[in-house]
Amino acid sequence: MNLLDVLILIPAIGFFIALIIPRAMENAIKMLALIFSLVSFVVSLGLAYGYRTGQSGLQYMTDFVWIQNPEIHYHVGVDGLSLWLIVLSTFLTPIAILISWNYIHNRVKEFFAFLLLLEFGLVGVFSAWDLFLFYVFWEVVLVPMYFLIGIWGHDRRIYAAVKFFLYTMAGSVLMLVAITFLYIHAGTFDYATILAQLQSGKLALSHLQETLLFLAFFIAFAIKVPLFPLHTWLPDAHVEAPSAGSVMLASVMLKMGTYGLVRFCLPMFPTAAHENAPWISILAIIGIVYGAAVAMVQPNMKKLVAYSSVSHLGFVVLGIFSFTQLGLDGAVYIMLAHGISTGALFALVGFLYERRHSLAISDYGGIATVAPWFATMFLITTFASIGLPMLSNFVGEFLVLQGTAQSNFAYTSFAALGVILSACYMLWMYQRVFFGETNEEVKHHVYDFNLREWACVIPLVAVMVWMGIFTQTFLPPVSESNDKILTQIRMSADLKAATHSPVASLKVGANTNAH
Amino acid sequence: MPTSFYPSADDLLRFSPELILSFAGTLLMVLDPFFRHIQGKPAPRIFGHLTIAAFIAAIFGAIAANAVPGSSFSNLLIVDGYATFFRVLVLTIGILAVLISYRYLAKEVAETSEYHALLLFSVAGQCLMVAANDLIMIFIGLEISSIATYILAGYLRNDKRNNEAALKYFLLGSFATGFLLYGVSIVYGITGTTKLDEIRTALSNPGLSLVAVSIAAALIIVGLGFKVSGAPFQMWAPDVYQGAPAPVSVFMATAPKAAAFAVFVRVFMTSFQQIATGWEPLIWISALLSMTIGNFAALTQTNLKRMLAYSSIAHAGYILVALAAKSELGTAAVMFYLAAYALMNIGAFAVVIHIAGKGERHLRIDDLAGLAQKQPLTAALMTVFVLSFIGVPLTGGFFGKFYIFRAAVESDLIWLAVLGLLNSAVAAYYYLRLLVVMYMHEPGEAVQALEPMSAGLDIALVLSAVGTFILGVLPGAVLNFARNSASLGR
Repeated sequence: MNLLDVLILIPAIGFFIALIIPRAMENAIKMLALIFSLVSFVVSLGLAYGYRTGQSGLQYMTDFVWIQNPEIHYHVGVDGLSLWLIVLSTFLTPIAILISWNYIHNRVKEFFAFLLLLEFGLVGVFSAWDLFLFYVFWEVVLVPMYFLIGIWGHDRRIYAAVKFFLYTMAGSVLMLVAITFLYIHAGTFDYATILAQLQSGKLALSHLQETLLFLAFFIAFAIKVPLFPLHTWLPDAHVEAPSAGSVMLASVMLKMGTYGLVRFCLPMFPTAAHENAPWISILAIIGIVYGAAVAMVQPNMKKLVAYSSVSHLGFVVLGIFSFTQLGLDGAVYIMLAHGISTGALFALVGFLYERRHSLAISDYGGIATVAPWFATMFLITTFASIGLPMLSNFVGEFLVLQGTAQSNFAYTSFAALGVILSACYMLWMYQRVFFGETNEEVKHHVYDFNLREWACVIPLVAVMVWMGIFTQTFLPPVSESNDKILTQIRMSADLKAATHSPVASLKVGANTNAH
Repeated sequence: MPTSFYPSADDLLRFSPELILSFAGTLLMVLDPFFRHIQGKPAPRIFGHLTIAAFIAAIFGAIAANAVPGSSFSNLLIVDGYATFFRVLVLTIGILAVLISYRYLAKEVAETSEYHALLLFSVAGQCLMVAANDLIMIFIGLEISSIATYILAGYLRNDKRNNEAALKYFLLGSFATGFLLYGVSIVYGITGTTKLDEIRTALSNPGLSLVAVSIAAALIIVGLGFKVSGAPFQMWAPDVYQGAPAPVSVFMATAPKAAAFAVFVRVFMTSFQQIATGWEPLIWISALLSMTIGNFAALTQTNLKRMLAYSSIAHAGYILVALAAKSELGTAAVMFYLAAYALMNIGAFAVVIHIAGKGERHLRIDDLAGLAQKQPLTAALMTVFVLSFIGVPLTGGFFGKFYIFRAAVESDLIWLAVLGLLNSAVAAYYYLRLLVVMYMHEPGEAVQALEPMSAGLDIALVLSAVGTFILGVLPGAVLNFARNSASLGR
């Protein structure tokens, strides 16, 4: 049993203990959830500390047979791609617990138990190396989030929760068929084995098969990302969810989709990915511009942040389908940076809601005079989200634009619009909420951070700055894994190039190595 | 061929579950006058206890019989892993059915020995069906099971809906049995035998009229399709399930259905396997219709029992997908799914019975409102069953679906698997409604008036939930058994 197994187990154990504690002992349940999530976080830091860049293969790997026939393994491990996403999950869970501390009054026990279950699922998704296990964790994540939105959400919570569940479910059943198909032809669910078989040509797929399998996986992931036009569940779910739900949803759960694209879609179906890249990139660009444009006109802060996510995630998809080292690195970097900055935005908006009980921008104004620290921290977060240099998102967006420019410059110029627009909508919102005249309601209700809120905000802001300046903390393992994925794509392209000619175009990105 | 008129010890052992159950059922009715009062006090529960004891004894009998596999009574009966699996399954369903009936019968002031005796006879018929190696034996088992179930459906004879349910079930059921028998007679006319393995051998003779065989197979599909409530023969199910007493509804939706599916698979995978390409389209058409009709009709239901009835039609559709795969894998999937489905359905119905109260007053879906606040544990267990219905991982329902659709994909029915899984996404919508009202609505009248769980319901609920989890997390043992016995002795 290694550190990763411990990390997967801790939230699960916490979940069961939380179920056993009598519901009257609310503080005990909260403390338990906080302690377990903090311990997870510390363990995940240990994971990052012990991770060795430059060492080939999975690290912290555990592999044993879970079910004999069909052979399903509990096979987990960490590589550079999943490492920081796991840390992101464990980093945000205690923050989600802290921001719900006083906000959740009814059914406290279930709420914190579900947060721990969610953490269990998320860590599992990012570390699973057996396709079946991946699917299990993928679906397990769905249940706690459904309840988080449905029970503790705002007015239209039930609609949002059901929509969220059904969208994801509809996508993932197709993925299940694809996984089953692969299992039957490869004889195993083990991802590494399937990949090796696909690359060596031992498992040969016809062109149609590859395209259909690619689409089955892609649609499941694209719904989760969400890619325009499959994004409509997102504004509902984000707006209706309680703050902790929005934070986890935007910061980590959306990344499940992009992670799936990088982890599974590209390496397994390189030809199909390449062939379909043009329209996917165009959808991503539409998402970038459309998300930004819609965010601009939102009267509701949470909705604004939600649409900004559609826009930011468009960048991620664009970067992934640029098939360049820079683009992929940037995509992963945005995944992390967006997790931090949007998580912080949702947390801050949640704090405002707790004070003033409104999400409407027009109900606010002049907060900067009554709560200067609040205004400062919100401004830093806003800057991070816009992609100001020295802060987290800038690095990722720059890399994505650079990478896209290498493959198709037209895409870059349109996508860059999104960067400009994001400055417009975020700063405009900031101006309306924090400057101007302070109305009576705001004067009475809005006050500066308390200790608990500081405890949430400081780590988030610190990480934003860190990610903006010390990129080398995060990038080396990420680039290493991305490099491996790109090499795999090229290898199978070379293999197919022997028989097919059109795939030769794959080699466009072959000579660009960023670092 | 008959060597001796008297059955050997092995014969008796192989037949022991049926013997135990029929004996217990008869005994129960004879002892009724003596047991009704113990030391001057009414002791109605004793019938239930005795019934459970008989079921447990029969389970031991079935397991002991599995130690001496083989055929008995001039090859009329065959005990193999497949038969044992289904015997244990229907016997377990019997135990759970008794457990969820205690409180219900007490409330309706209807605690008689007949109810339990009928349950015993019905399960005895099902045990016979799943172990039959002869079309006539199948017919006899089916009739024993059905007649007992017809009566059970109308058990509360002063209740109008009970009477309607019983009459409907009886009329349509006997009509369907007629189809089955007609098919059997044609098969006998062509092949000169009713033994399943001999029919198989006879059919490999190229001189046979395949048209007549196909007609016979189609007629048998009609008869059995009715029993498993597969479309287009599903019409009776919603009305009957809604009208019958709730514990009987869930019994009908699980035990006779499991036995009918067992027969369905055994007949078509042994006798008619050679003409599989002929019957396969009929099966997948029925599967597709059942899934679609069941799921889409369930979307608009407001009555819990009716919704679960439509959902059971949809689940029959999933199982038919596995049959359409016409492989050993498909057979194993049918076995696994029926076990998983029985557990989750009984669990869900136990909660429905709990909510419904005396005279089944609270049967609307909205009557579940706020259950999570009033009785969190009950709601949590119901959630397990609902998630299993939806097919969320770590529940038996998920692995069941997975094995079914895996069998379909392996038999190149990918499109059917895709349609089936999309169907299950549609189904998620109405199942989620149960979670929505339980967790996201304020307690309504029904839940406010709720009394604490009774011990019987509690045990049934916990057993079903634990079973659902075991099938979802560690399905290995059950699945291996299913895989090993799916060859049907061929």
